[in-house]
Amino acid sequence: MTPGNEIESWGRVFKAPHPVTTPAFLSDACAALTGSKRSTLALGAARSYGDVCLNRDNELVCTTALDRMIEADWSTGIIRAEAGLTLDALLRIVVPKGWFLPVTPGTKFVTLGGAVANDVHGKNHESAGTVGCHVRRIGLARSSGDVLELSESENSELFQGTIGGLGLTGFILWVELALKQIGSSDIEVETLAIADLDHFFRLAAGSADWEYTVAWVDCLAKGKGLGRGLFMRGRHWPQGALRVHRSPRLAVPFDAPSWLLNSTTVRLFNLAYRSRPWVMGRQTVHYDPFFYPLDSILNWNRLYGPRGFFQHQSVVPMHAAVGAVQRLLTLTGDFQEGSFLVVLKLFGERKSPGLLSFPIAGATLALDLPNHGDSTRKLLQAMTDMVVEAGGRVYPAKDATMSAEAFRLGYSQWPRLESLRDPKIMSDFWRRVTQ
Amino acid sequence: MNSTAGRNIWIFGGSSAIAQAYARLAAERGAKLLLVGRNNDHLQANAADLVARGGKVAVEVLDLAGQADRDAVLGGFIERHGFPDEVQIAYGILGEQERALSDLALAADIINVNFVSVALWLLAIRARRDPARPLTLIVIGSVAGDRGRASNFIYGSAKGGLDRFLEGLQHTYAGTSLHIVRVKPGFVDTPMTAAIKKGGPLWAKPERVAVDIQKAVDRHAAVVYTPWFWRPIMLIIRLLPRFLFDRLKI
Repeated sequence: MTPGNEIESWGRVFKAPHPVTTPAFLSDACAALTGSKRSTLALGAARSYGDVCLNRDNELVCTTALDRMIEADWSTGIIRAEAGLTLDALLRIVVPKGWFLPVTPGTKFVTLGGAVANDVHGKNHESAGTVGCHVRRIGLARSSGDVLELSESENSELFQGTIGGLGLTGFILWVELALKQIGSSDIEVETLAIADLDHFFRLAAGSADWEYTVAWVDCLAKGKGLGRGLFMRGRHWPQGALRVHRSPRLAVPFDAPSWLLNSTTVRLFNLAYRSRPWVMGRQTVHYDPFFYPLDSILNWNRLYGPRGFFQHQSVVPMHAAVGAVQRLLTLTGDFQEGSFLVVLKLFGERKSPGLLSFPIAGATLALDLPNHGDSTRKLLQAMTDMVVEAGGRVYPAKDATMSAEAFRLGYSQWPRLESLRDPKIMSDFWRRVTQ
Repeated sequence: MNSTAGRNIWIFGGSSAIAQAYARLAAERGAKLLLVGRNNDHLQANAADLVARGGKVAVEVLDLAGQADRDAVLGGFIERHGFPDEVQIAYGILGEQERALSDLALAADIINVNFVSVALWLLAIRARRDPARPLTLIVIGSVAGDRGRASNFIYGSAKGGLDRFLEGLQHTYAGTSLHIVRVKPGFVDTPMTAAIKKGGPLWAKPERVAVDIQKAVDRHAAVVYTPWFWRPIMLIIRLLPRFLFDRLKI
């Protein structure tokens, strides 16, 4: 065990020394759980933004060395792999065989275990749901020493609790996932200008032929132009080469100065992002820039400077969506905190087996905010209040500030997860919202 | 880049992190792999991973640092798996220097496992090889073997002794089809170094080390420092005059 390694999550607002063990084999991970002296928590790639992956003054067990494939059936696309395998590594193995992730988040540098624990979603939520909808079985270690297999039919309560269970039900040892077949590694993309919010909802409703949809919203647009931005929709190109993505070529080697991201640079960025005639219309691109545009710059989180940044992602139910999104965008515009990337997307009806899965049918909004201290926290709180009032909820994987009350209103099933929680497992997030 | 497809690669220390990273690259290139090591569960886990990545994999359970009739063992391997094109020796123990200074059994282990047992395997392989068939021997050493230092000279001397031994083998087989690669990694983030505080620019991932080894094998290098910056660092450390070296706490 390494004493006192400084661990930070992706938003870099929380940094704390934790004793960390990095087991090399699944049996070592089980031993780390049963033998933990204080509370412990499995840590994957630490790509969640807030504190779901941290356990201050207690232990962490890092899964990154548990990155083996266990089984693969290339005729059916069903694979089983250890929890620490990253989606990046998994894609390198499966793409040449004509398979792809059934659901992928906006970065491939997360682990499989982390993806399940946060029940991540992607640009195809309307048709595919969350990653949990494609998980067939999970291997779970408990501090009692039990090693369980979970599925819809076996230990089903724990199965539902573990998907989106924030790592609290035990250590996820391995995941069995049903992949999606592809005919090429390319994506056919169409980019359209969005005039305002109404236009976004119309485009989203009219994109049933496109598996993947997402919109970027210019956070500085106000009044009639509120919601102005770009609508991007994509679908797998049916036939062609199966090329794996390349490793990132750029990295941010040190913290950028805090003043780098201010209202002027944000304004310029948003203007530049909007004014790219060459991205408009239809084209065919590799899956990498389509799904993972930010992965091309390693450590992009350092651009926000040493104080880090917050991300807010929330969902509001469809009946309240138009008004709530309008209010949220107006609020962020008024605060002048500036956000580089505001992402807007609709979630579909498909339900995840996960007990505390984040998505519900409705509209989801995600945005980054540089950490300016109290003013930023105030804005986040105001946004959370607005979301809860509209019957929505905030995404734990990205959250760093929501109150216990906001959490309990958004996730009324939380006591069931608490009852399934392994007594030796705890996280800073869970402490914050339940205690 | 040579073709690894169908290459018969034996890995002694098949559950080591560096070996596993190397084996993955080889598996993706269609190699036939034999993993040898002590713990069957660990070897089976690594083997399953390599199979899913495209390799053909077999496992032999053996305590490589133990007393074995090496010649007979190798004979059995050849019979069951065919002559190797490549043998990688990747097992080793780091040991805790502070403890080993007074715990002589631990000191003996560090020297025996890292030097004596490896040297004897190399002699046995040398004797068993098919001279008509090219063979590459890859031995994972350490930058710690380049100069004796207060912080780790027990481990370092074992790796240093092994390095002299390999130099001699290279000298013997210069210009023949027996090719030896001395691999000298610096700090690598593996379970072996779990007790050391990590982070910072000097730490490398096993994947990086594996790529460097593969490149060294492909271009028939005799010595490879990995990552590359250890070569100038160790050159300076080796050349440092004693009166300066003795003031350093390294």
